[in-house]
Amino acid sequence: MPRDRRPGHQPAFHPERRPFVSPRGGGLVSASGGSNWQRLDPRMLAVTPLRLLGGFLPVIAVVLIIGIGGDFGSRVYGLLAGVLFVLIAGTLRWFTTRYRIDSDRVELRSGLLFRSARSIPRDRIRTVDVTAGLVHRIFRLSVLKIGTGERSDGGESRELTLDAIAASEADRVRQRLLDPSGAGRDHETVAPAAEVLAALRWSWLRFAPLTVSSLVALGAVGGAFAQLVNDVGAEAVDVGKVGQRLTTAPLWLGVTVLTVVILLVALVGSVLVFIEAWWGFRLVREPGGTLRIRRGLLTTRSVSLEERRLRGVAVVESLLLRAGRGARTVAVATGLGGHQGHGRGNLLPPAPTTEAHRVSGVVLAEMPSPTSTLLHRHPRAALRRRLVRAAVPVLATAVALWFAPVPAWAMWLTLVLLLPVTVLLAVDAYRNLGHALTSHYLVTRHGAGIRATVALQRSGVIGWTVSQSLFQRRLDLVTVTATTAAGHGAYAIIDVSTSAGLAVARQAVPELLDPFLQHEVVVPGTH
Amino acid sequence: MNRPQIDPGTTEVLRLRPPRHRVSSRAIIWWTTQAALEVAAVVIPLGIAAIVWGTALPWLVPGTGVVAAIGLAYLLVMPRWRFRVHRWETTDHAVYTAQGWINQEWRVAPMSRIQTVDTERGPLQQLFGLATVTVTTASAAGALRLVGLDRAVADDLVAQLTETTQATRGDAT
Repeated sequence: MPRDRRPGHQPAFHPERRPFVSPRGGGLVSASGGSNWQRLDPRMLAVTPLRLLGGFLPVIAVVLIIGIGGDFGSRVYGLLAGVLFVLIAGTLRWFTTRYRIDSDRVELRSGLLFRSARSIPRDRIRTVDVTAGLVHRIFRLSVLKIGTGERSDGGESRELTLDAIAASEADRVRQRLLDPSGAGRDHETVAPAAEVLAALRWSWLRFAPLTVSSLVALGAVGGAFAQLVNDVGAEAVDVGKVGQRLTTAPLWLGVTVLTVVILLVALVGSVLVFIEAWWGFRLVREPGGTLRIRRGLLTTRSVSLEERRLRGVAVVESLLLRAGRGARTVAVATGLGGHQGHGRGNLLPPAPTTEAHRVSGVVLAEMPSPTSTLLHRHPRAALRRRLVRAAVPVLATAVALWFAPVPAWAMWLTLVLLLPVTVLLAVDAYRNLGHALTSHYLVTRHGAGIRATVALQRSGVIGWTVSQSLFQRRLDLVTVTATTAAGHGAYAIIDVSTSAGLAVARQAVPELLDPFLQHEVVVPGTH
Repeated sequence: MNRPQIDPGTTEVLRLRPPRHRVSSRAIIWWTTQAALEVAAVVIPLGIAAIVWGTALPWLVPGTGVVAAIGLAYLLVMPRWRFRVHRWETTDHAVYTAQGWINQEWRVAPMSRIQTVDTERGPLQQLFGLATVTVTTASAAGALRLVGLDRAVADDLVAQLTETTQATRGDAT
């Protein structure tokens, strides 16, 4: 290696940045200064090339079998050179990467030609995720991802990944970083007892086919089938002819068999996805105020979430899940990063609705859960809006079809098939509307199809947005949105009557809205 | 409070009152200029097309006329309507804004949750001596934009907000 390997020694490192001053203010970190720069686990020297080669297997196969010109010998040499390059590149990363965790910050330096240094103050750390893919697990390694949850608008991404360190070490580091009381005493040996809030029950497997993963599986199979028909279209017709001799309704039989096959594949696929993702699921509350979710069969995942970052909980029910009386529970927390932080906020697999509400309550430490509060309905005018929005596009399409050069039945078919669906969705959307105020939470629910009930801490509301469209103004409705630092950043009470909506907002956060409100006396019939 | 006694048969409802201050009246010119540029960007190419292909595609001429009429109505109505709606106000505890025209929006952010106060001046705003003040909170969706303020007013506002928010510093989440 062409580098000085003494730990901590960094010649002329990013001159435009501030020098790496030791956190204790004791001058520049020097090689002799007892700094504790560490390498990633040496087993990565095996893991990285293995994973890279795994990714290259298809390329290798293609080159060997089909070839990209030249005789077989030169192909092999070319391949060997490529593989060697990959191996060297993979191991280089290990040699050039160092990390350090001291009492104030976590630092990571890597790269040879393009050097990068990243440093996260420990009091900014919001999430510590531990994941391990199959190869990592074989070598007993874990990837540690330390996040600040800050939106990186323009600035450098505030996330630091240690790929990878020993699994046992990852666990220790995770605990050290998250437990503020453990900051001083770094040699935590006794794992304190954690309270189990929820654990997987295999009966929940019945919700797997009702989730998006089944649709994804279905789409994949559908795509593959379309490809198949495209490729062997002629044979498919022949099969149909053979079938014609055997039965009187071969087409129906074929369609039925096909449907059953597709459904079976979707079913099995979604169940497999569910098992892989949620195997061994456990939601625990660790001492020090951290919620921890552990799950995964092949790839194990551990997500930690500080409770003081929690601003509420959402119970999300998709249309299919709702039909099976199932729901998911999602944390509304600051510092998860992005929209729900790439599934980081998932507190529960698809589970029975009662369980979703129970877990919401337990997580928020409020029983019964605010998410299962009885909600106020919204005015009938909100239903009218939804019906109009459902009917107008369909009717417009129908009118267009009436004048278009297509048979008249096209219009009737549109009306008969589409209108009931959109109207039903509109009625459902109206029935899903609701809001309530509990002693600590603002609860709001809405959604056509996917219904989300959000319980937001009243103290987590950091502003209000009241909006009114032209149509809402005529119906005396408003949409009152609570803005918050957590989750989506804004949670709305949609199409509530102006007076009721403002009253809720006023009550939810005392004194914020009062100076801007006025009372108006309305004589019925004059409005 | 000595509100008049409510007659039986009437109901008392809550309303948001408009914020105290209007934006600068020069904002009308600014919005009109912006709208004129937008309309021109659509109408001028259409007009050229109508001149070039007008004989081959006869509907282009009346079509351009209709678009131009809509554009003209837009740039006459929108700025004046906006000027009636856009208002702002600050108290010791909160910033309060109203904006929009067809669709309207009122926003409130408490001083204690304000994170940054930015001023921006586009070329057009500079021309008319205007400025836009953006007040952000920790929410991804909660920024308040006070557009079309008089430049001096904006500067005073920023100074005042900066001072107030520094006095009430917290995590703001």
